[in-house]
Amino acid sequence: MKITPEIIDKHGIKPEEYKKIISLIEKKPNLLELGIFSAMWNEHCSYKSSKKYLKTLPTKNKKVIQGPGENAGVIDIEDNDAIVFKIESHNHPSFIEPYQGAATGVGGILRDVFTMGARPIATLNSIHFGSHEHPKTKNLLNGVVSGIGGYGNCMGIPTVGGEVKFDSSYNENILVNAMAVGLVKKNKIFYSKAKGTDQPVIYVGSKTGRDGIHGASMASAEFDKNAEAKKPTVQVGDPFTEKLLLEACLELMKDDSIISIQDMGAAGLTSSSVEMASKGNLGIEINLNKIPCREDKMTPYEMMLSESQERMLLILNSEKVENAKKIFIKWGLDFSVIGKTTNTKNLVLNFDGEEVANLPVNSLSNNVPIYDRKWKKNVTSIKKNLQIDFKSFKILESLKKILMSPNNAEKSWVWEQYDHTVMGDTIQKPGGDSAVIRIHGKNKGIAITVDSSAHYCLANPVAGGKQIVSEAWRNLISVGASPIAITNCLNFGNPEKDKIMGQFVECIDGISQACTYLDFPVVSGNVSFYNETQNKAILPTPTIGGVGLLKNLNTMMTKNIKEVGSYILVIGKTLGHLHQSEFLIEVVGIKDGPPPEVNLFNEKNNGLLVQALISKKLLNSVHDISSGGILIALSEMCISGNIGAKIKIPNDKIRPHEYLFGEDQSRYLIEVNEKNKNEVYKILEKNSIFYEMLGKTQKDSLVLDKEFNIKLNNLNKLNSFWFRNYFKEN
Amino acid sequence: MKSSVIVFPGSNCDRDVAVALEKFQIKNQMVWHDEINLPKSDLVVLPGGFSYGDYLRTGCIASKSRIINDVIKHAKNGGLVLGICNGFQILIETGLLSGVLLRNKKLRFLSKNVFLKVINVDNKFCLNYKKKDIIELPIAHNEGNYFASKEQIKKLEDENLVAFKYCSEKGNINKSTNPNGSSNNIAGILNDQKNILGMMPHPERLIDPLLAGEDGSLMFKSLIKSL
Amino acid sequence: MKISATVTLKKEVLDPQGKVVSQTLKNMGYDSIVNVRQGKYFDIELNENDKEKAKKIAEEICKKLLTNVVIEDYTIDLK
Repeated sequence: MKITPEIIDKHGIKPEEYKKIISLIEKKPNLLELGIFSAMWNEHCSYKSSKKYLKTLPTKNKKVIQGPGENAGVIDIEDNDAIVFKIESHNHPSFIEPYQGAATGVGGILRDVFTMGARPIATLNSIHFGSHEHPKTKNLLNGVVSGIGGYGNCMGIPTVGGEVKFDSSYNENILVNAMAVGLVKKNKIFYSKAKGTDQPVIYVGSKTGRDGIHGASMASAEFDKNAEAKKPTVQVGDPFTEKLLLEACLELMKDDSIISIQDMGAAGLTSSSVEMASKGNLGIEINLNKIPCREDKMTPYEMMLSESQERMLLILNSEKVENAKKIFIKWGLDFSVIGKTTNTKNLVLNFDGEEVANLPVNSLSNNVPIYDRKWKKNVTSIKKNLQIDFKSFKILESLKKILMSPNNAEKSWVWEQYDHTVMGDTIQKPGGDSAVIRIHGKNKGIAITVDSSAHYCLANPVAGGKQIVSEAWRNLISVGASPIAITNCLNFGNPEKDKIMGQFVECIDGISQACTYLDFPVVSGNVSFYNETQNKAILPTPTIGGVGLLKNLNTMMTKNIKEVGSYILVIGKTLGHLHQSEFLIEVVGIKDGPPPEVNLFNEKNNGLLVQALISKKLLNSVHDISSGGILIALSEMCISGNIGAKIKIPNDKIRPHEYLFGEDQSRYLIEVNEKNKNEVYKILEKNSIFYEMLGKTQKDSLVLDKEFNIKLNNLNKLNSFWFRNYFKEN
Repeated sequence: MKSSVIVFPGSNCDRDVAVALEKFQIKNQMVWHDEINLPKSDLVVLPGGFSYGDYLRTGCIASKSRIINDVIKHAKNGGLVLGICNGFQILIETGLLSGVLLRNKKLRFLSKNVFLKVINVDNKFCLNYKKKDIIELPIAHNEGNYFASKEQIKKLEDENLVAFKYCSEKGNINKSTNPNGSSNNIAGILNDQKNILGMMPHPERLIDPLLAGEDGSLMFKSLIKSL
Repeated sequence: MKISATVTLKKEVLDPQGKVVSQTLKNMGYDSIVNVRQGKYFDIELNENDKEKAKKIAEEICKKLLTNVVIEDYTIDLK
């Protein structure tokens, strides 16, 4: 077949890129080879627009065993235990087919974790939808939640945390970011680097069909008016087969049969074989006649680019092949020796006795062009004096409006569709500041959280990037954990536009600053660009997944108020920053202005102090103050504990609304009982930590002195109204 | 006491139930679905999960496994059989228990803690619930809506073969305390001889104070006590 | 007028259910089974006597609701 400029363009390869390909391989590629380049050189697989900046992120600390570059990141949690975790996006497929897109997103991230030898012990997700009034939103929300539940529940892995956000910028570009966490022994971690020549390369799992051919290219293409026509590229997930694959792999991993292992995700057999060979600085030769196929007459092109799910590529010790085969046959999975490693450093594909492709591995991996895209510095609006008639916004009415809004409503409608107690180790369920999972058979646990602050990032990407890392850190501290590291999913619009690229560069800057200061490095992650339709881009949305360690589960902390007659204190100073707050956006309707700035010095000090108070068992409950400010955080503590409070604003230098709804950072609400109060004051003062007395807990209602008195029953009803009403289930 | 937990392709709660059995000193073996012979057991457990992905009908394909013949023999000889969630669905497909488990009324998977009234305490599974007959256990299922003909339901009620019913914290059994639409709020049933118990809630998930409850422990303690 | 609609997965879409049913039948001794694909069947009763109009309505409801046009096909039979 003649390779025309049109064909090259359809493969998503720019003319300059095509020229570079020819110079790298010293010949013109045939159609199969062109297809392979289109998969490996697209944004999703190559990170060509982002690599330059990703390299600037901090990726190490004393506990990091494996940083970015492998299937997932790995951290040390003592006692020969390690945690493997990563977050990844599956945005474009989920817009086209929400159930299967979300389901296969979960499937893919789970494979990234168990391919390293870790049994997955939890999943979380961050999902963003358009305005709830947009005609597509309801179906998309329903489909995505069903898909996540359908896959995760069938796999028997608890889904323990997440976030659901709505904003009109996601109307035609929803986000589905799936995070998986697994447990492994430090001395039993498996990597994807190929080793040794003439070693057997083996395909295991489901048969290969025509699913998702060019899915990776789709992920990098903006949706145009013909988005609906791209349908056939959506993959269908089979969680039952993945459960079998998980058990078979973990069984095989009990001994040393596996030299290297890689899951087949985006760009399937192409990316997995190239990555394994590239990391090992070897070549790989594949006989395509040995690929188990589900459909008749599949061509080499289709086999190499298929994104059929639930498949892995292994390189085994040759003496262990027969034993490995028995294990996969027992679990009902395909097992085929499809090739071998070589010392040619080339990817060689044979079909029907002929060589159909021959490319230097480097041209597909190390020599992929890295772009230094033009970017524009973001212009932040300056903080102006708010010309609002505050008196016309009654505090109680404002509180109610925020609690009833979709972004702040209680979300049990969502997480009750996820089995969150399977495996018997979920110590803190969805709804808290972080999920807590016990390490099976031990008295220690890990805390996990996932979060984003897209509107802060739009207003000021550097500040937004700093904030979201700090919030993840704070969420882990609030449950009594020591934060260790993060994974990030960076969702942005078209990087070829300098404004969008600027958002990306500056968010990374902010993330870097916070990660460095808080010793909270990035160990894995993924970038999703081109989240735009007809020139409308999503809000810049870096999603952060954080993991921390709880050495002793007896010191775990929760946010529900524990007793009547105890004191509520605010840790950290409130300056009353209202711009970009839920109050201004949801209640008043003002969307511009700068986001709150994080003072990293205070963030760290306040957090470490709260951590110390928790470990000394001096506190009843803790909740970090974020979206909505003090009044929302307090309401949440009261609703979850079914115990109220009577409070009085301790600061008369700022307006009541500014105090109650301001979203200043680095703050916590803590509940201290009479017995421990003085000890807590002593420690706070000794460490020069700013704190204020807010009030005392009491039965039944939340009272703001001289302002309002509302029964907790009512608050609870308001907060749990939105989702059930949206789906007409009241 | 000896137990066997049957493991089907897609079972997920096999490890959870094995942990519970071992915690209460019941000597347990994991038995692969494809085995022909069941090891000598006092108790056979069909665990929760998604055997065969719940494809075709929940529990249907697992009920055709090779080991099921021996499980049926064991049950007919009076041996104890406990089917939890997917295990209950499998018991129904084998015919060892009557009725059918349909899709939840709201057509959604539901994972939450529910209150249960222990209706029949005169069986080897529920002896310990004599002192505490309103318990809290987690459910996690999409097909837990128990349905049977009017005659079958009448028989279950008249012969005191209903084991558990969904209720409120105070023990009220009504529509608002029914999470999935089950007939008569039925959450678990026994066979005529009361040696087979099928239940949708998961006792093995509440055996630990850290998990905020130990109502599940009482069942395993009953089993050990009964032998 | 009575119409039946049968909804099946598109030919090249993975059918996890059909795959498992097929394997189970083989395990049960039905050696001649080659492949099984699972679908859905709808019986639709309409208050419409005109065949063409009824068919048009059935087509519309198949496209708009009964079928996930991303991964499924449908056929309609007038009874």
